Amino acid sequence: MKLAYWMYAGPAHIGTLRIATSFKNVHAIMHAPLGDDYFNVMRSMLERERNFTPVTTSVVDRNVLARGSQEKVVDNITRKDAEEHPDLIVLTPTCTSSILQEDLQNFVNRAQVESKGDVILADVNHYRYNELQAADRTLQQVVHYYTEKARKRNELPEGKTEKPSVNIIGISTLAFHNHHDCTELKRMMADLGIEVNAVIPEGASVYDIKNMSRAWFNLLPYRELGLTTAQYLQEQFNTPYVDITPMGVVETARCIRKIQQVLNEQGAAVDYEGYIDEQTLYVSQAAWFSRSIDCQNLTGKKAVVFGDNTHAAAMTKILAREMGIKVVLAGTYCKYDSDWFREQVSGYCDDVLISEDNGEIGDAIARLEPSAIFGTQMERHVGKRLDIPCGVIAAPIHIQNFPIGYKPFMGYEGTNQIADLVYNSFTLGMEDHLLEIFGGHDTKEGITKGISADSDLGWSKDGLAELNKIPGFVRGKVKRNTEKFARERGVEKITAEVLYAAKEAVGA
Amino acid sequence: MTLAEAQPQGLQFECETGNYHTFCPISCVAWLYQKIEDSFFLVIGTKTCGYFLQNAMGVMIFAEPRYAMAELEEGDISAQLNDYAELKRLCDQIKRDRNPSVIVWIGTCTTEIIKMDLEGLAPRLEAEIGIPIVVARANGLDYAFTQGEDTVLAAMAHRCPDKSPIAESEKEERNSLTRLLNFGRKQEDVKAEESEYVKHPPLVLFGSLPDPVVTQLTLELKKQGIKVSGWLPARRFTELPVIEEGTYVIGVNPFLSRTATTLMRRRKCKLIGAPFPIGPDGTRAWIEKICSVFNIEPKGLGDREQQIWDGMEDYLQLIRGKSVFFMGDNLLEISLARFLVRCGMTVPEIGIPYMDKRYQGAELELLSKTCQEMGVPLPKIVEKPDNYNQLQRINEIHPDLVITGMAHANPLEARGISTKWSVEFTFAQIHGFTNARDILELVTRPLRRNNSLKDLGWISW
Repeated sequence: MKLAYWMYAGPAHIGTLRIATSFKNVHAIMHAPLGDDYFNVMRSMLERERNFTPVTTSVVDRNVLARGSQEKVVDNITRKDAEEHPDLIVLTPTCTSSILQEDLQNFVNRAQVESKGDVILADVNHYRYNELQAADRTLQQVVHYYTEKARKRNELPEGKTEKPSVNIIGISTLAFHNHHDCTELKRMMADLGIEVNAVIPEGASVYDIKNMSRAWFNLLPYRELGLTTAQYLQEQFNTPYVDITPMGVVETARCIRKIQQVLNEQGAAVDYEGYIDEQTLYVSQAAWFSRSIDCQNLTGKKAVVFGDNTHAAAMTKILAREMGIKVVLAGTYCKYDSDWFREQVSGYCDDVLISEDNGEIGDAIARLEPSAIFGTQMERHVGKRLDIPCGVIAAPIHIQNFPIGYKPFMGYEGTNQIADLVYNSFTLGMEDHLLEIFGGHDTKEGITKGISADSDLGWSKDGLAELNKIPGFVRGKVKRNTEKFARERGVEKITAEVLYAAKEAVGA
Repeated sequence: MTLAEAQPQGLQFECETGNYHTFCPISCVAWLYQKIEDSFFLVIGTKTCGYFLQNAMGVMIFAEPRYAMAELEEGDISAQLNDYAELKRLCDQIKRDRNPSVIVWIGTCTTEIIKMDLEGLAPRLEAEIGIPIVVARANGLDYAFTQGEDTVLAAMAHRCPDKSPIAESEKEERNSLTRLLNFGRKQEDVKAEESEYVKHPPLVLFGSLPDPVVTQLTLELKKQGIKVSGWLPARRFTELPVIEEGTYVIGVNPFLSRTATTLMRRRKCKLIGAPFPIGPDGTRAWIEKICSVFNIEPKGLGDREQQIWDGMEDYLQLIRGKSVFFMGDNLLEISLARFLVRCGMTVPEIGIPYMDKRYQGAELELLSKTCQEMGVPLPKIVEKPDNYNQLQRINEIHPDLVITGMAHANPLEARGISTKWSVEFTFAQIHGFTNARDILELVTRPLRRNNSLKDLGWISW
């Protein structure tokens, strides 16, 4: 047993469902108790999704526990198959139902007989894998399934596309700024004269998978999702992959140079140096920002970075190399892949922390007292408590990570966004001096302390006690309305009863 | 026993597949840990449970969290580790870090499936660490959403003292509500006020409500000369109300049937069955029922109700003649539907996770009566609904408003159907006369939004 207050990565079934629902026309059946289906809420609320989330729970209740669930699961699969005609139905248990050790593969086999679409069981150990590992595993499983299916039917296309082309692997729903990153990557590929052969899983049809072999290379923007798929495709079709995250000016250039090398090796005489120069010097403002007087003021400031492997590593490199900020601690919660992280950030930070314990990272921040934090929502809260600004750079996702406006983290527009994020996270240049000279210009104290301001009306102690129970942000309004009410009725002493009578009267 | 036994006439009940979306009952931790200030809630479950709490409650882990997960790992599931030793290790740590007055163990589906004997382990550990441990099995195999509160209160009912404490100091502590009401008054005034109460057997209210609402309902009853001896739960575990044999009890929430049964059967209480104090109509009926049990002639209730209705007229104009469809989520559906029918709305369907026709008997009767009086058709009540089928029906009848769980709200809005989250009614202050307007504030919001956007022409996607 582990005493846990917070989780950086979700349970395995969330990863599986992210993959299933990212694909077009794929339905997932969750074999789970009532209430385990909050994935639907997350997708509908966070992504502001207009369609119903294609996930249905085959509910495990007391009866199922007593009798077994075979009929119910099979019925639910075939029912969905008939109702929605999905191309694929993915069955997944949750941590809870996986303990029942039912032969889910057998249910899938039975349901397959009666279903028009394909049916598979997501093959994940729910106690050993977290969300990120399960997503990676499920994506590979789906790609493997459709590649093999096409191979058996002799439907695998021969050869590569005429022009250089790419599969972008790892774009998914309920991930950190993925949609915007994807748009930016597609733009970049277009600029480089590379056709996008497929983007998976987000928005892809499972029937696109068999054509993935036609791409010249696979691009893996995220360390967490897609690596095993890329390795599988390399094994099967000898397709090379580029796994350099194009985040920051330096790494974006490195990624593009690697793409150039991969294409050159396949006989395309591309040269992207001019493009990199043009983008770095004139399109992206981030390189200029690094030289500007604003950024000079950030030199040597201390920062702590924490997040998933992809974003924490990339951010550490950007702060250290491109902005001259001293990263006193870089950390990741991807414990299962910590060697990669250590290798990536070595030389760019003073210390490395690999931990899933939010308390540990919080304590480290308190001890190090950095000028800014770049972390997850949890570090943002730690920062609030310690009065240290925090820029959010990684999942766990939050409604704020689904901005309406365009905010990629990758590519050259991503470099601009990150420069803004960094700059706005620190106390701004001149403001910093002014604060020191004048001791701050914050006037919020004066506004909120309006409760016992001069007033001709008396508040009884119970009235005041009730007033104090009202949340701070409306208390002032309630007090004003109550006093107005009391004045109109000639009440001199405001008791709890008067307070509530006023609420009824004015709807305060 | 004053429960209505007879089935209200004309109401039609159905049961569907149970393929519906709702929250897990462990979500009760979200409001109960805030309500009971000296408590610590330990949810014994998996990563799935933990991630749900984290996402449903948002980031609520501040400097001193009073809830946590005991996350079961592979060794716990395969019974390689000793449950007692593991729980002791965690509870020792909680005692050291937080020192709560009570630790509430929330059992989950997983503890049910692996048959972890929480009820057996708790007394031993309680004796060893010296902190009361209350065990509630708020699992999704047996319960839905708000019923989690029911499991916790039913478990706490066993911990209510059965006689008034002797020591003066303890008396002081237990009566913090009375103390609050009498705050700053002279002793003579307090004594004089005692005489404002009619002499009646002790009355305990059950159901978790925010403190201001507790005060409001207590004051409403005081106006009738009725003294509330205590609330289950109280603001502190150490202030649980005294429950003697023959104490009268009444619930404020429609999802507390297990607590009601426990109080009746195990604590020998007398349950007052009444509609719930939601909406001015329900609140009046609730108070009247309590008065009638104590042979008190209610004073001024008609005026009070009318005054509330008058104060809501602006909102009523927006909803009269409109229809509202409840998909079913938090078991408040019957009470809200009854109130909204009284407001002039029609209700084609009430989905509800679980329907206890005995505990909700008086409420069902009032619903039926209200529909007759308002001259509108009786709603169809669908227990354990099937969301897919409901969506087909919504598509057909196109109601003016759908009260639904969070998973369906955006997709319905995208199809031009106005929605309100059912969960908002769980968290908002909706009980009593004072807060009736707040219910309509929620209900009318999508309609007011529609009014303010109506000229734009963006209706569905």
